[in-house]
Amino acid sequence: MTIYSQISSNKTKSWLIIILFVAFITTIIFVYGKASGYGLSYAGIGLIISGIMSFASYYYSDKIVLGMSHAKQIAKRDSPELFRIVENLCIATGIPMPKIYLINDSAPNAFATGRDPKHAVVCATTGLLQKLNKAELEGVIAHELSHIRNFDIRLMAIVVVLVGLVALLADFFMRSLWYGGGRRNSREGGSAQGIFLFIGIILAILSPLIATLIQLAISRKREFLADASGVLITRYPEGLASALEKIGKDKEPLEVANNATAHLYIANPFKGKISGSWFANLFNTHPPIEERIKILRTM
Amino acid sequence: MTIELIILIAVVIFVLYVLFVYNSLATGRVRIKEAFSGIDVQLKRRVDLVPNLVSTVKGYTKHEKEVLENVTKARTSLMNARTTHDKADSDNMLSQALKSLFAVSENYPDLKASKNFLELQEELSDIEAKIAYARQFYNSNVRSYNTTLANFPSGSLGRMFGFKEGEFFEAEEEEKKPVSVTF
Repeated sequence: MTIYSQISSNKTKSWLIIILFVAFITTIIFVYGKASGYGLSYAGIGLIISGIMSFASYYYSDKIVLGMSHAKQIAKRDSPELFRIVENLCIATGIPMPKIYLINDSAPNAFATGRDPKHAVVCATTGLLQKLNKAELEGVIAHELSHIRNFDIRLMAIVVVLVGLVALLADFFMRSLWYGGGRRNSREGGSAQGIFLFIGIILAILSPLIATLIQLAISRKREFLADASGVLITRYPEGLASALEKIGKDKEPLEVANNATAHLYIANPFKGKISGSWFANLFNTHPPIEERIKILRTM
Repeated sequence: MTIELIILIAVVIFVLYVLFVYNSLATGRVRIKEAFSGIDVQLKRRVDLVPNLVSTVKGYTKHEKEVLENVTKARTSLMNARTTHDKADSDNMLSQALKSLFAVSENYPDLKASKNFLELQEELSDIEAKIAYARQFYNSNVRSYNTTLANFPSGSLGRMFGFKEGEFFEAEEEEKKPVSVTF
Protein backbone atom coordinates (compact mmCIF):
# COMPACT_ATOMS: atom_id res chain seq x y z
CA MET A 1 0.00 0.00 0.00
CA THR A 2 1.68 3.21 -1.12
CA ILE A 3 1.15 6.48 0.66
CA TYR A 4 -1.14 7.67 -2.16
CA SER A 5 -3.54 4.78 -1.71
CA GLN A 6 -3.56 5.43 2.03
CA ILE A 7 -4.57 9.00 1.32
CA SER A 8 -7.40 8.00 -0.99
CA SER A 9 -8.63 5.42 1.52
CA ASN A 10 -8.56 8.15 4.15
CA LYS A 11 -10.68 10.40 1.93
CA THR A 12 -13.17 7.58 1.40
CA LYS A 13 -13.28 7.00 5.14
CA SER A 14 -13.97 10.70 5.72
CA TRP A 15 -17.02 10.43 3.53
CA LEU A 16 -18.19 7.23 5.20
CA ILE A 17 -17.87 8.82 8.61
CA ILE A 18 -19.81 11.89 7.51
CA ILE A 19 -22.58 9.73 6.02
CA LEU A 20 -22.73 7.61 9.20
CA PHE A 21 -22.84 10.68 11.38
CA VAL A 22 -25.56 12.30 9.28
CA ALA A 23 -27.62 9.10 9.52
CA PHE A 24 -26.98 8.99 13.26
CA ILE A 25 -27.98 12.62 13.69
CA THR A 26 -31.10 12.25 11.54
CA THR A 27 -32.20 9.27 13.63
CA ILE A 28 -31.62 11.21 16.81
CA ILE A 29 -33.57 14.16 15.48
CA PHE A 30 -36.43 11.88 14.42
CA VAL A 31 -36.65 10.28 17.84
CA TYR A 32 -36.39 13.61 19.66
CA GLY A 33 -39.05 15.06 17.38
CA LYS A 34 -41.45 12.21 18.08
CA ALA A 35 -40.71 12.26 21.78
CA SER A 36 -41.12 15.99 22.30
CA GLY A 37 -44.28 16.05 20.25
CA TYR A 38 -43.10 18.76 17.84
CA GLY A 39 -42.89 16.22 15.04
CA LEU A 40 -40.69 16.53 12.01
CA SER A 41 -40.47 20.31 11.95
CA TYR A 42 -38.00 19.80 14.77
CA ALA A 43 -36.05 17.46 12.49
CA GLY A 44 -36.07 20.09 9.73
CA ILE A 45 -34.66 22.76 12.02
CA GLY A 46 -32.06 20.32 13.27
CA LEU A 47 -30.92 19.48 9.75
CA ILE A 48 -30.66 23.14 8.76
CA ILE A 49 -28.60 23.90 11.87
CA SER A 50 -26.33 20.93 11.22
CA GLY A 51 -25.93 21.96 7.57
CA ILE A 52 -24.87 25.48 8.48
CA MET A 53 -22.56 24.25 11.21
CA SER A 54 -20.82 21.71 8.98
CA PHE A 55 -20.33 24.33 6.29
CA ALA A 56 -18.94 26.84 8.76
CA SER A 57 -16.68 24.25 10.32
CA TYR A 58 -15.26 23.31 6.95
CA TYR A 59 -14.06 26.84 6.33
CA TYR A 60 -13.42 28.25 9.78
CA SER A 61 -12.37 25.35 12.02
CA ASP A 62 -8.67 26.24 11.72
CA LYS A 63 -9.23 29.87 12.70
CA ILE A 64 -11.40 28.88 15.66
CA VAL A 65 -8.81 26.39 16.90
CA LEU A 66 -5.93 28.83 16.50
CA GLY A 67 -7.90 31.56 18.25
CA MET A 68 -8.76 29.27 21.14
CA SER A 69 -5.10 28.30 21.52
CA HIS A 70 -3.83 31.92 21.48
CA ALA A 71 -1.51 31.06 18.58
CA LYS A 72 0.25 33.78 16.58
CA GLN A 73 1.45 33.52 13.00
CA ILE A 74 5.21 33.95 12.61
CA ALA A 75 7.43 34.91 9.67
CA LYS A 76 10.68 33.34 8.56
CA ARG A 77 12.90 35.84 10.39
CA ASP A 78 11.22 35.02 13.75
CA SER A 79 12.37 31.42 13.70
CA PRO A 80 14.54 30.61 10.67
CA GLU A 81 15.49 27.16 11.95
CA LEU A 82 11.87 26.02 12.32
CA PHE A 83 11.03 27.50 8.92
CA ARG A 84 13.90 25.65 7.26
CA ILE A 85 12.85 22.36 8.77
CA VAL A 86 9.25 22.84 7.62
CA GLU A 87 10.40 23.91 4.13
CA ASN A 88 12.70 20.91 3.72
CA LEU A 89 10.16 18.39 4.95
CA CYS A 90 7.45 19.92 2.75
CA ILE A 91 9.69 19.31 -0.24
CA ALA A 92 10.16 15.70 0.86
CA THR A 93 6.41 15.28 1.43
CA GLY A 94 5.38 17.01 -1.79
CA ILE A 95 2.94 19.46 -0.19
CA PRO A 96 2.91 23.27 -0.34
CA MET A 97 4.37 25.24 2.56
CA PRO A 98 1.80 25.60 5.37
CA LYS A 99 1.42 28.69 7.53
CA ILE A 100 3.34 28.48 10.78
CA TYR A 101 1.90 29.54 14.14
CA LEU A 102 3.53 29.67 17.54
CA ILE A 103 1.98 29.29 21.01
CA ASN A 104 3.89 31.07 23.74
CA ASP A 105 3.98 28.23 26.30
CA SER A 106 6.90 26.31 27.68
CA ALA A 107 5.10 22.92 27.55
CA PRO A 108 6.43 21.15 24.43
CA ASN A 109 3.64 20.24 21.98
CA ALA A 110 2.48 20.79 18.39
CA PHE A 111 -0.53 20.32 16.14
CA ALA A 112 -1.67 20.74 12.54
CA THR A 113 -5.02 22.01 11.32
CA GLY A 114 -6.77 23.36 8.22
CA ARG A 115 -8.98 21.80 5.55
CA ASP A 116 -6.55 20.61 2.88
CA PRO A 117 -2.81 20.88 2.11
CA LYS A 118 -3.33 24.25 0.42
CA HIS A 119 -5.01 25.72 3.51
CA ALA A 120 -3.00 24.14 6.28
CA VAL A 121 -1.40 25.38 9.47
CA VAL A 122 1.35 23.87 11.59
CA CYS A 123 1.42 25.15 15.14
CA ALA A 124 4.19 24.58 17.68
CA THR A 125 4.78 25.81 21.22
CA THR A 126 7.88 27.80 22.12
CA GLY A 127 8.68 25.02 24.59
CA LEU A 128 8.94 22.54 21.72
CA LEU A 129 11.54 24.70 19.97
CA GLN A 130 13.54 25.13 23.18
CA LYS A 131 13.52 21.55 24.45
CA LEU A 132 14.01 19.47 21.30
CA ASN A 133 17.11 19.13 19.13
CA LYS A 134 17.00 19.32 15.35
CA ALA A 135 16.43 15.62 14.64
CA GLU A 136 13.62 15.47 17.21
CA LEU A 137 12.00 18.62 15.85
CA GLU A 138 12.17 17.15 12.35
CA GLY A 139 10.40 14.01 13.63
CA VAL A 140 7.59 16.06 15.17
CA ILE A 141 7.16 18.34 12.14
CA ALA A 142 7.15 15.34 9.79
CA HIS A 143 4.38 13.80 11.94
CA GLU A 144 2.34 17.01 11.63
CA LEU A 145 2.93 17.30 7.88
CA SER A 146 1.74 13.70 7.54
CA HIS A 147 -1.52 14.70 9.21
CA ILE A 148 -1.83 17.39 6.53
CA ARG A 149 -0.93 15.16 3.59
CA ASN A 150 -3.14 12.29 4.78
CA PHE A 151 -6.11 14.69 5.04
CA ASP A 152 -6.43 13.85 8.76
CA ILE A 153 -6.86 17.55 9.49
CA ARG A 154 -10.04 17.70 7.44
CA LEU A 155 -11.39 14.46 8.86
CA MET A 156 -10.77 15.54 12.45
CA ALA A 157 -12.20 19.03 11.91
CA ILE A 158 -15.42 17.56 10.54
CA VAL A 159 -15.66 14.93 13.25
CA VAL A 160 -15.23 17.49 16.01
CA VAL A 161 -18.11 19.58 14.71
CA LEU A 162 -20.38 16.57 14.27
CA VAL A 163 -19.64 15.36 17.78
CA GLY A 164 -20.38 18.82 19.09
CA LEU A 165 -23.64 18.82 17.17
CA VAL A 166 -24.78 15.54 18.73
CA ALA A 167 -24.10 16.98 22.17
CA LEU A 168 -25.94 20.18 21.24
CA LEU A 169 -29.00 18.25 20.03
CA ALA A 170 -29.12 16.12 23.16
CA ASP A 171 -28.94 19.24 25.28
CA PHE A 172 -31.60 20.95 23.16
CA PHE A 173 -33.91 17.95 23.63
CA MET A 174 -33.52 17.73 27.39
CA ARG A 175 -34.24 21.45 27.72
CA SER A 176 -37.29 21.24 25.48
CA LEU A 177 -38.66 18.50 27.74
CA TRP A 178 -38.09 20.69 30.75
CA TYR A 179 -39.61 23.87 29.42
CA GLY A 180 -41.90 22.77 26.58
CA GLY A 181 -43.77 19.95 28.30
CA GLY A 182 -47.12 21.76 28.15
CA ARG A 183 -47.08 22.27 24.37
CA ARG A 184 -47.14 18.60 23.56
CA ASN A 185 -49.31 17.53 20.66
CA SER A 186 -52.08 15.28 22.01
CA ARG A 187 -53.07 13.88 18.58
CA GLU A 188 -49.90 11.77 18.45
CA GLY A 189 -51.40 9.47 21.05
CA GLY A 190 -50.05 8.83 24.48
CA SER A 191 -48.41 5.42 24.32
CA ALA A 192 -46.38 5.87 21.11
CA GLN A 193 -45.05 9.18 22.35
CA GLY A 194 -44.29 7.60 25.67
CA ILE A 195 -42.06 5.00 24.02
CA PHE A 196 -40.27 7.63 21.96
CA LEU A 197 -39.90 9.76 25.03
CA PHE A 198 -38.21 6.87 26.79
CA ILE A 199 -35.91 6.12 23.82
CA GLY A 200 -35.25 9.83 23.45
CA ILE A 201 -34.05 10.25 26.99
CA ILE A 202 -31.82 7.19 26.76
CA LEU A 203 -30.40 8.51 23.47
CA ALA A 204 -29.88 11.97 24.91
CA ILE A 205 -27.78 10.45 27.64
CA LEU A 206 -25.88 7.95 25.51
CA SER A 207 -25.44 9.67 22.13
CA PRO A 208 -22.83 12.27 23.15
CA LEU A 209 -20.90 9.45 24.74
CA ILE A 210 -21.10 7.23 21.65
CA ALA A 211 -20.16 10.11 19.37
CA THR A 212 -17.16 10.95 21.55
CA LEU A 213 -16.00 7.34 21.58
CA ILE A 214 -16.15 7.23 17.76
CA GLN A 215 -14.14 10.46 17.61
CA LEU A 216 -11.47 9.16 19.99
CA ALA A 217 -11.14 5.85 18.19
CA ILE A 218 -10.57 7.68 14.89
CA SER A 219 -8.11 10.07 16.50
CA ARG A 220 -5.98 7.26 17.98
CA LYS A 221 -5.79 5.43 14.65
CA ARG A 222 -4.69 8.61 12.87
CA GLU A 223 -1.82 9.10 15.33
CA PHE A 224 -0.29 5.71 14.53
CA LEU A 225 -0.59 6.36 10.80
CA ALA A 226 0.97 9.82 11.11
CA ASP A 227 3.85 8.39 13.16
CA ALA A 228 4.53 5.82 10.46
CA SER A 229 4.25 8.15 7.47
CA GLY A 230 6.23 10.83 9.28
CA VAL A 231 9.10 8.41 9.67
CA LEU A 232 8.79 7.59 5.98
CA ILE A 233 9.67 11.25 5.32
CA THR A 234 12.61 11.67 7.71
CA ARG A 235 13.82 8.05 7.42
CA TYR A 236 14.85 8.34 11.06
CA PRO A 237 12.43 6.77 13.60
CA GLU A 238 14.68 7.59 16.55
CA GLY A 239 14.12 11.34 16.07
CA LEU A 240 10.38 11.11 16.66
CA ALA A 241 10.81 8.41 19.32
CA SER A 242 13.11 10.51 21.47
CA ALA A 243 10.96 13.61 20.86
CA LEU A 244 7.92 11.71 22.17
CA GLU A 245 9.97 10.51 25.11
CA LYS A 246 10.91 14.10 25.99
CA ILE A 247 7.35 15.34 25.53
CA GLY A 248 6.02 12.46 27.64
CA LYS A 249 8.51 13.04 30.45
CA ASP A 250 7.76 16.76 30.56
CA LYS A 251 5.21 17.10 33.35
CA GLU A 252 4.03 20.59 32.54
CA PRO A 253 0.47 20.73 31.13
CA LEU A 254 -0.35 23.02 28.21
CA GLU A 255 -2.71 25.69 29.58
CA VAL A 256 -4.35 26.73 26.32
CA ALA A 257 -5.45 23.20 25.43
CA ASN A 258 -8.98 22.10 26.32
CA ASN A 259 -11.24 19.11 25.72
CA ALA A 260 -12.20 20.34 22.27
CA THR A 261 -8.63 20.71 21.00
CA ALA A 262 -6.75 18.03 22.98
CA HIS A 263 -6.95 15.39 20.23
CA LEU A 264 -5.19 17.69 17.75
CA TYR A 265 -1.87 17.74 19.57
CA ILE A 266 0.96 15.31 18.89
CA ALA A 267 0.75 14.07 22.50
CA ASN A 268 -1.89 14.44 25.19
CA PRO A 269 -1.48 18.04 26.43
CA PHE A 270 -3.06 17.39 29.86
CA LYS A 271 -0.38 15.00 31.18
CA GLY A 272 -1.15 13.75 34.68
CA LYS A 273 -3.01 10.48 35.05
CA ILE A 274 -1.74 7.53 33.10
CA SER A 275 -4.09 4.63 33.51
CA GLY A 276 -3.88 1.22 31.96
CA SER A 277 -7.45 0.04 32.35
CA TRP A 278 -9.41 -0.61 29.18
CA PHE A 279 -12.19 1.74 30.25
CA ALA A 280 -9.84 4.67 30.74
CA ASN A 281 -8.15 3.83 27.44
CA LEU A 282 -11.49 4.20 25.65
CA PHE A 283 -11.46 7.87 26.59
CA ASN A 284 -7.87 8.62 25.59
CA THR A 285 -7.38 10.97 22.67
CA HIS A 286 -3.96 9.48 22.06
CA PRO A 287 -2.53 5.99 22.15
CA PRO A 288 -0.18 5.55 25.14
CA ILE A 289 3.11 7.30 24.40
CA GLU A 290 5.12 4.25 25.50
CA GLU A 291 3.36 2.14 22.89
CA ARG A 292 4.08 4.67 20.14
CA ILE A 293 7.75 4.82 21.13
CA LYS A 294 7.95 1.03 21.21
CA ILE A 295 6.52 0.77 17.69
CA LEU A 296 8.85 3.50 16.41
CA ARG A 297 11.89 1.76 17.86
CA THR A 298 11.04 -1.50 16.06
CA MET A 299 10.85 0.24 12.66
CA MET B 1 -27.21 -16.83 -23.93
CA THR B 2 -25.41 -17.42 -20.61
CA ILE B 3 -22.09 -17.95 -22.39
CA GLU B 4 -22.49 -14.69 -24.25
CA LEU B 5 -23.28 -12.96 -20.98
CA ILE B 6 -20.18 -14.38 -19.30
CA ILE B 7 -18.02 -13.29 -22.22
CA LEU B 8 -19.56 -9.82 -22.10
CA ILE B 9 -18.85 -9.49 -18.36
CA ALA B 10 -15.28 -10.73 -18.86
CA VAL B 11 -14.71 -8.18 -21.63
CA VAL B 12 -16.10 -5.36 -19.49
CA ILE B 13 -13.88 -6.33 -16.54
CA PHE B 14 -10.86 -6.52 -18.83
CA VAL B 15 -11.55 -3.10 -20.34
CA LEU B 16 -12.00 -1.58 -16.87
CA TYR B 17 -8.70 -3.12 -15.75
CA VAL B 18 -6.89 -1.74 -18.80
CA LEU B 19 -8.33 1.71 -18.10
CA PHE B 20 -7.26 1.47 -14.47
CA VAL B 21 -3.68 0.50 -15.39
CA TYR B 22 -3.45 3.22 -18.02
CA ASN B 23 -4.73 5.90 -15.67
CA SER B 24 -2.50 4.96 -12.76
CA LEU B 25 0.57 4.94 -15.02
CA ALA B 26 -0.39 8.27 -16.56
CA THR B 27 -0.90 9.77 -13.08
CA GLY B 28 2.44 8.35 -11.99
CA ARG B 29 4.19 9.91 -14.96
CA VAL B 30 2.69 13.33 -14.15
CA ARG B 31 3.73 13.00 -10.51
CA ILE B 32 7.30 12.15 -11.51
CA LYS B 33 7.44 15.22 -13.74
CA GLU B 34 6.09 17.38 -10.93
CA ALA B 35 8.55 15.95 -8.42
CA PHE B 36 11.42 16.56 -10.84
CA SER B 37 10.50 20.22 -11.18
CA GLY B 38 10.88 20.32 -7.39
CA ILE B 39 14.53 19.30 -7.81
CA ASP B 40 14.97 21.69 -10.72
CA VAL B 41 13.89 24.70 -8.69
CA GLN B 42 16.62 24.01 -6.12
CA LEU B 43 19.25 23.29 -8.80
CA LYS B 44 18.45 26.63 -10.38
CA ARG B 45 18.77 28.44 -7.02
CA ARG B 46 22.15 26.82 -6.61
CA VAL B 47 23.28 27.79 -10.11
CA ASP B 48 22.21 31.39 -9.45
CA LEU B 49 24.13 31.65 -6.18
CA VAL B 50 27.45 30.27 -7.42
CA PRO B 51 28.70 33.37 -9.36
CA ASN B 52 28.02 35.43 -6.25
CA LEU B 53 30.10 33.05 -4.19
CA VAL B 54 32.90 32.93 -6.74
CA SER B 55 33.25 36.72 -6.87
CA THR B 56 33.23 36.96 -3.06
CA VAL B 57 35.94 34.35 -2.73
CA LYS B 58 37.99 35.97 -5.52
CA GLY B 59 38.17 39.19 -3.53
CA TYR B 60 39.92 37.47 -0.63
CA THR B 61 42.13 34.80 -2.25
CA LYS B 62 45.02 34.83 -4.69
CA HIS B 63 46.26 31.30 -5.28
CA GLU B 64 43.02 29.35 -5.63
CA LYS B 65 42.34 29.82 -9.32
CA GLU B 66 42.02 26.11 -10.01
CA VAL B 67 39.40 25.52 -7.31
CA LEU B 68 37.33 28.44 -8.55
CA GLU B 69 37.63 27.27 -12.14
CA ASN B 70 36.34 23.83 -11.14
CA VAL B 71 33.30 25.41 -9.52
CA THR B 72 32.55 27.54 -12.57
CA LYS B 73 33.02 24.58 -14.89
CA ALA B 74 30.65 22.40 -12.84
CA ARG B 75 28.11 25.20 -12.78
CA THR B 76 28.20 25.59 -16.56
CA SER B 77 27.80 21.88 -17.11
CA LEU B 78 24.82 21.84 -14.71
CA MET B 79 23.25 24.74 -16.61
CA ASN B 80 23.62 22.92 -19.90
CA ALA B 81 22.48 19.51 -18.62
CA ARG B 82 19.18 18.35 -20.12
CA THR B 83 18.59 14.75 -19.11
CA THR B 84 17.96 13.47 -15.59
CA HIS B 85 21.20 11.55 -15.65
CA ASP B 86 23.30 14.54 -16.78
CA LYS B 87 21.71 16.77 -14.20
CA ALA B 88 22.39 14.30 -11.39
CA ASP B 89 25.98 13.93 -12.56
CA SER B 90 26.83 17.60 -12.92
CA ASP B 91 25.02 18.45 -9.69
CA ASN B 92 27.24 15.91 -8.01
CA MET B 93 30.28 17.53 -9.64
CA LEU B 94 29.22 20.95 -8.38
CA SER B 95 28.77 19.56 -4.85
CA GLN B 96 32.32 18.20 -4.89
CA ALA B 97 33.76 21.44 -6.28
CA LEU B 98 31.94 23.53 -3.67
CA LYS B 99 33.17 21.21 -0.94
CA SER B 100 36.81 21.76 -1.92
CA LEU B 101 36.17 25.49 -2.21
CA PHE B 102 34.85 25.62 1.35
CA ALA B 103 37.78 23.48 2.51
CA VAL B 104 40.26 25.88 0.92
CA SER B 105 38.47 28.88 2.45
CA GLU B 106 39.56 27.63 5.88
CA ASN B 107 43.00 29.08 5.07
CA TYR B 108 41.68 32.63 4.76
CA PRO B 109 40.54 34.05 8.13
CA ASP B 110 39.33 37.29 6.53
CA LEU B 111 37.13 35.36 4.13
CA LYS B 112 35.75 33.20 6.91
CA ALA B 113 34.88 36.31 8.90
CA SER B 114 33.09 37.95 5.98
CA LYS B 115 29.35 38.24 6.64
CA ASN B 116 28.55 37.91 2.96
CA PHE B 117 30.54 34.69 2.70
CA LEU B 118 28.92 33.19 5.79
CA GLU B 119 25.45 33.95 4.47
CA LEU B 120 26.25 32.38 1.11
CA GLN B 121 27.72 29.33 2.80
CA GLU B 122 24.63 28.90 4.96
CA GLU B 123 22.27 29.34 2.04
CA LEU B 124 24.17 26.87 -0.12
CA SER B 125 24.14 24.24 2.58
CA ASP B 126 20.39 24.83 3.00
CA ILE B 127 19.93 24.31 -0.76
CA GLU B 128 21.99 21.13 -0.58
CA ALA B 129 19.63 19.79 2.12
CA LYS B 130 16.61 20.79 0.05
CA ILE B 131 18.01 19.04 -3.02
CA ALA B 132 18.43 15.90 -0.92
CA TYR B 133 14.79 16.04 0.24
CA ALA B 134 13.49 16.80 -3.25
CA ARG B 135 15.53 13.90 -4.60
CA GLN B 136 14.04 11.59 -1.97
CA PHE B 137 10.50 12.62 -2.96
CA TYR B 138 11.28 12.26 -6.66
CA ASN B 139 12.86 8.83 -6.24
CA SER B 140 9.96 7.52 -4.17
CA ASN B 141 7.57 8.57 -6.96
CA VAL B 142 9.75 6.89 -9.56
CA ARG B 143 9.91 3.76 -7.43
CA SER B 144 6.15 3.32 -7.15
CA TYR B 145 5.70 4.03 -10.89
CA ASN B 146 8.41 1.56 -11.84
CA THR B 147 6.87 -1.06 -9.57
CA THR B 148 3.63 -0.88 -11.54
CA LEU B 149 5.62 -1.24 -14.75
CA ALA B 150 7.56 -4.21 -13.37
CA ASN B 151 4.50 -6.14 -12.19
CA PHE B 152 2.52 -8.57 -14.30
CA PRO B 153 0.19 -7.99 -16.12
CA SER B 154 0.13 -4.24 -15.55
CA GLY B 155 3.70 -3.93 -16.83
CA SER B 156 3.05 -5.63 -20.16
CA LEU B 157 -0.04 -3.50 -20.69
CA GLY B 158 1.91 -0.36 -19.80
CA ARG B 159 4.66 -1.18 -22.27
CA MET B 160 2.00 -1.74 -24.94
CA PHE B 161 0.82 1.82 -24.31
CA GLY B 162 4.41 3.06 -24.60
CA PHE B 163 5.15 3.81 -20.93
CA LYS B 164 8.86 3.68 -20.14
CA GLU B 165 10.59 3.17 -16.84
CA GLY B 166 11.38 6.35 -14.92
CA GLU B 167 14.99 7.26 -14.19
CA PHE B 168 16.16 7.67 -10.58
CA PHE B 169 17.97 10.87 -9.64
CA GLU B 170 21.01 9.20 -8.16
CA ALA B 171 24.00 10.53 -6.33
CA GLU B 172 27.32 8.78 -6.20
CA GLU B 173 28.47 7.19 -2.98
CA GLU B 174 30.68 10.10 -1.89
CA GLU B 175 27.79 12.52 -1.94
CA LYS B 176 25.52 10.30 0.12
CA LYS B 177 27.71 10.50 3.22
CA PRO B 178 27.37 14.18 4.23
CA VAL B 179 23.59 13.97 3.77
CA SER B 180 23.22 11.15 6.26
CA VAL B 181 25.43 12.97 8.76
CA THR B 182 23.01 15.92 8.93
CA PHE B 183 20.49 13.82 10.91
